[in-house]
Amino acid sequence: MRLRTLQILVVCLVVAFWYVMTAPGLIPPFYFDKANRAAFFFGEPQKVFWVIVEWFATGEIFGHLGVTLLETALGFLIGSVFGLAIGLWLALSPTASAVMDPYIKGFNSMPRVVLAPIFAVWFGLGIWSKVALGVTLVFFVVFFNVYQGVREVSPNLIANARMLGASRRQLLRSIYLPSAMSWVFASLHNAVGLAFVGAVVGEYLGSSRGVGYLILQAEGTFDINTVFAGILVLTAFALALDAAVGSVERRLMTWQPRASETEKV
Amino acid sequence: MSAGVPALRLEDITCRFAARDGGGAYTAVANTSLTIAAGEFVSVVGPTGCGKSTLLNVAAGLLAPSQGSVSVFGQPLIAADGVNRRAGYMFQADALMPWRTGIDNVVAGLEFRGVPRAEALAQGEAWLRRVGLAGFGDRYPHQMSGGMRKRLALAQTLILSPDILLMDEPFSALDVQTRQLMENELLALWAEDRKSVLFITHDLEEAIALSDRVVVLSAGPATRPIGDFKVDLPRPRDVSEIRMTPGFLALHREIWAAMKEEVLKAYAAQKAA
Ligand SMILES: Nc1ncnc2c1ncn2[C@@H]1O[C@H](COP(=O)(O)OP(=O)(O)OP(=O)(O)O)[C@@H](O)[C@H]1O
Ligand SMILES: [Mg+2]
Repeated sequence: MRLRTLQILVVCLVVAFWYVMTAPGLIPPFYFDKANRAAFFFGEPQKVFWVIVEWFATGEIFGHLGVTLLETALGFLIGSVFGLAIGLWLALSPTASAVMDPYIKGFNSMPRVVLAPIFAVWFGLGIWSKVALGVTLVFFVVFFNVYQGVREVSPNLIANARMLGASRRQLLRSIYLPSAMSWVFASLHNAVGLAFVGAVVGEYLGSSRGVGYLILQAEGTFDINTVFAGILVLTAFALALDAAVGSVERRLMTWQPRASETEKV
Repeated sequence: MSAGVPALRLEDITCRFAARDGGGAYTAVANTSLTIAAGEFVSVVGPTGCGKSTLLNVAAGLLAPSQGSVSVFGQPLIAADGVNRRAGYMFQADALMPWRTGIDNVVAGLEFRGVPRAEALAQGEAWLRRVGLAGFGDRYPHQMSGGMRKRLALAQTLILSPDILLMDEPFSALDVQTRQLMENELLALWAEDRKSVLFITHDLEEAIALSDRVVVLSAGPATRPIGDFKVDLPRPRDVSEIRMTPGFLALHREIWAAMKEEVLKAYAAQKAA
């Protein structure tokens, strides 16, 4: 409880500092030569607040958030499916993995954000160029986790399943896949976060809808308050997304031991 | 019983493990032959690290021996072609699927064989009761004790009713009472349809109480059998009562005399290493 109070206090202090430093004429300008310059560069908290309120009051923001969310979800799903499939394939086939190894490493070290303009050319300015960027980001996280996960399945577990009569296919379904999935879930937060980054960066680089587009548009008119409002909405949204992922994770991973599980009496 | 094809025959088995990072290759088992007649209960005892699990892996078809051959009911077993399909194997280390509940672990083998779910579950529940885990079917392995996991693994193996049972120190994690209960249960199950059992243990008393024959292995490296003792104590047996009989004690003395030297040798070797 005390902690919560202190956390809220920190926010209040930051906002107060922001307000005092930027409110035109409140304190004499000491860096800029005009009184309203600070507000021009850094925005004003109360105006940012009203921009957000208006977005939600008019409902304008929901369409944009919906688009960003859709891009994030598609990027995450498609990237995960590809990562899972190719991770399983390469982990189970030593030859394929040896052949593909340098290319995988190369693609992974490439700063994939630079692909965004290319995707815009290939897939247009609609959602698919953002999804594609999200996919390239998510894919590698999931891929490496699955690859690692399959490689580290306990040999005992495989031997036991084989002795119980599992065919190669059944081994894949009941040993490799669940084991890989547990690694995928371990990287869930990371993957969803990257899909979100892909969506927003994609929008920012060229789009007609989405929260990233709102920011882009506001920057074009030097409307710094709207830019900050967009950033705040994105942050809150990312936090909500992370919480949602956390609850999904808890539901799906009941079989995993946690650090301490005894109940207090 | 000794007539007819043996259930399992290991012939002149040698297992050499390639050395990692420079050191010499390690010969775990050398020129070992072992035959298990159909319906026979054979125990293998030997000091720790001598190669008992290695031998069992060879019998299961999980490990190809460097030299020698294995045959199962007269058919040659080649590890590259797959595992020993007539055998059930209870591993020394934990091998349950951590993402499956108790009951789902028990019915895994039936599932692999395509048995309908409802029937598999009915059999699974019956087996959980038999190993004393009724009502624990919906727990995950990490929510069970070490002994419970062992019993779960036992049910998982026995539900398939394999012709050959390979067991690697299955009861060593159990307390004395539960252990004797499980040993008696195993003997009762074995008496029902006379599977062939290859049973590995550290515990000489357990070996004598359960088996028709006890094979003693030498200390490693290059382990081989150094004694083969027939146990002709009457059946059916009760493992706790048979330990008091003069016949048991005499056998125990005889086999222990053969083993003692090897145990000390193994201990000295491991202490020096
Ligand atoms: N994959 C391997 N590579 C190298 N050495 C191995 C390998 N597996 C086993 N060994 C060695 O072979 C020897 C026999 O091992 P094994 O597991 O068969 O012993 P064990 O008789 O079952 O021992 P315990 O009673 O302690 O279970 C040991 O010295 C071990 O270090
Ligand atoms: Mg062993």
